[in-house]
Amino acid sequence: MNLLKTVALAGGAFATFTSVASAQMRVVATTPDLAAVARDIGGDRVNVVALAKPTEDPHFVDAKPSFIVTLNRADALIEGGAELELGWLPPLMENARNGKIAAGAPGHVVASEGIKLLEIPTSFDRSKGDIHSLGNPHFMIDPVNVKIVARNIASHFAEIDPKSASVYNANLAKFDSKLDAKQAQWQQELAPYRGAKIVSYHRDFVYLAQRFGLNIVDELEPKPGIAPSPAHLAEVIGKMKANNAKVILVQPFQNRKTAETVARQTGATVIDAPQQPGAASNTNSWFDNMDNLVGSIAKGLGAQK
Amino acid sequence: MHITRVSIALALFAIPGLARAQVGPPKSKQDSIARADSIARADSIALVKQLEKELGASSADTGSSAAQTPRASGGYMNIGFVALTDAGWSSASDVGAIERGDHDPKVRGFTIPNAEISLDGAVDPYFKGFSNIVLKIDSAGNTGIELEEAYALTTSLPANLQLKFGQFFTEFGRQNAQHPHSWSFVDAPLVLVRMFGPDGLRSQGLRVSWLLPTPFYTEALITVANATGETTSSFRSPDSPEIHGGVVDDKAVSGASDLLIAPRINTSFDLTETQTVVLGASAAFGPNNSGPSAKTQIYGVDGYWKWKPAAAQAGFPFLSLQAEGLWRHYDAAQRLSEANPLVTLPSETLTDNGWYAQLLWGIKPRIVAGLRGEVASGNTGAFASELRRDQSRISPNLTWYPTEFSKFRVQYNYDNRHELGNDSSLWFQFEFLIGAHAAHKF
Repeated sequence: MNLLKTVALAGGAFATFTSVASAQMRVVATTPDLAAVARDIGGDRVNVVALAKPTEDPHFVDAKPSFIVTLNRADALIEGGAELELGWLPPLMENARNGKIAAGAPGHVVASEGIKLLEIPTSFDRSKGDIHSLGNPHFMIDPVNVKIVARNIASHFAEIDPKSASVYNANLAKFDSKLDAKQAQWQQELAPYRGAKIVSYHRDFVYLAQRFGLNIVDELEPKPGIAPSPAHLAEVIGKMKANNAKVILVQPFQNRKTAETVARQTGATVIDAPQQPGAASNTNSWFDNMDNLVGSIAKGLGAQK
Repeated sequence: MHITRVSIALALFAIPGLARAQVGPPKSKQDSIARADSIARADSIALVKQLEKELGASSADTGSSAAQTPRASGGYMNIGFVALTDAGWSSASDVGAIERGDHDPKVRGFTIPNAEISLDGAVDPYFKGFSNIVLKIDSAGNTGIELEEAYALTTSLPANLQLKFGQFFTEFGRQNAQHPHSWSFVDAPLVLVRMFGPDGLRSQGLRVSWLLPTPFYTEALITVANATGETTSSFRSPDSPEIHGGVVDDKAVSGASDLLIAPRINTSFDLTETQTVVLGASAAFGPNNSGPSAKTQIYGVDGYWKWKPAAAQAGFPFLSLQAEGLWRHYDAAQRLSEANPLVTLPSETLTDNGWYAQLLWGIKPRIVAGLRGEVASGNTGAFASELRRDQSRISPNLTWYPTEFSKFRVQYNYDNRHELGNDSSLWFQFEFLIGAHAAHKF
């Protein structure tokens, strides 16, 4: 009887211990794409939540008080680091009171660290639209950049949670090799369309265009963050006709109607091209979303050939 | 032949577009390459590269980050400037009698009610610093300056605590702590001006905040501040005779009961993925200067609800409702009348209350329609205070934001001052912002 009690107690103690040991690291990512990469790197050692919704404009997220609580209890924060979240993250951080994720702490992951951002302005001038001072922040649709992001996340995770460092490193190696294979596949998929002329709504496809050799003719927005004007759209239509650009990329939060109007005038196709995993169905991982994105663009360009 | 001519024309039309598309960097970059500052920057990059070579460091990646760094920091301080201009007409010839707020339109014609310089930045790893310096042109055309806020905020206290100290808006309700730039209407709600005076409740003091370990957001705050000064209207302000009508009882601070104490609790829930509600309750206790031991108590409740769909474009459409209700219990001591020292005003309790509710509809990107209803009233005191006159107002408005940095607003006010009759006013507002734009709180 006594023995039974001892065993039960020991069992209970063990159960408590293991539940502590397996306590997951609480990770908050500002956007779903960063969250998706963090899930691949962290595996079952982490519980990842994203603040922005997949279909939401990442420039205009409401700084909801519930996010303060999420950040307050986080072990790590992953942010883009290129001021995409400038309009909503600072007041949340100010109230989160969490030293673990404060700027400079190991729990504060700046995803873009080491990435060569494009379009770094040489002067600040808002008459040129809402230009991000650190460069174009839509860098997560270039596999080469995402490789760097994954490395940044893995190294921070290993620093915060050294016990699981080998797991993170193994997951990173797996991520890297999958990414190499996938990148080759995506290159191949888009190879027939090298130099193809495309149009986007916002200046948010430059990294993808550069990586896969697509040619962005213009944006529907006359300047970053400035709503399309009829005069500018007329100019875009002229340019599209002259360049034989037949594809317009839009994200879920951009005005599809405007894109459709331009498409009607030019015989182009509007392609839903969500950059955030989870916006389209069955695209919960970063790879799934890129598969969908590359596939949709290839399909759209192929139909126009 | 005809086809060829057309295609040549098209090709000519296409050249600028092609050239731009092939070059890669944005138009903006090309435009500014010739600028002197970029030459200076290029020189410094060249220098960094040369040093890296000499020190044997790799210049591949560090070159780009060296180029980024000076841009990233942008100095140690964010500097912003925001200016509001009002223009309009009211059937009330004395506009100041219906618009009592310092940042409200004050005259028929033009008003610049708020031009604000905002500064903020990290002090060191432990504090953040904030300051707002406000310039305003009054109804007589004179420029006034005020140190609206200057405070430090701790960043790394344990136990989910946070301290704020300096001069700051008391965190009472929702709108009192907001700057005019973030208001959704041209003017301040009547009830806030009645309870907190033309410039809102703010003073020099200390605020402790605790983020509670509840599963949803709950923050408890308490402010301890000086009860004296022009911006402590319901307490020991030199302007208080406008409320109680008596001679000011000047008294040195002799204990904690001479200070202003303002507790607040604020909580929030996400009702659904697209709907959030914030609820708060506040109070402010302190001495007033109608007598040596006269006290004021103010209580308030506030609520905010917002709906925004999951695929909103630039934050639109949305629907939001904000409301606040306040009650004041003002113990006026027996006092000599300021207007006529031969008259003694009796000891009495002045009670005031009021509320406002405002509905905002973000119809489509950058267009917001608003409707506000409000009432402020109080009991009859021995002194007929202009500030305590019953007043109600209804205000529809429409705001267009060309970008986050500018706005145009048009607002109609229908004011009812009972025995003084009704007034109609039409106000236009234009605002511009340059420099740093602080992120908006929810």
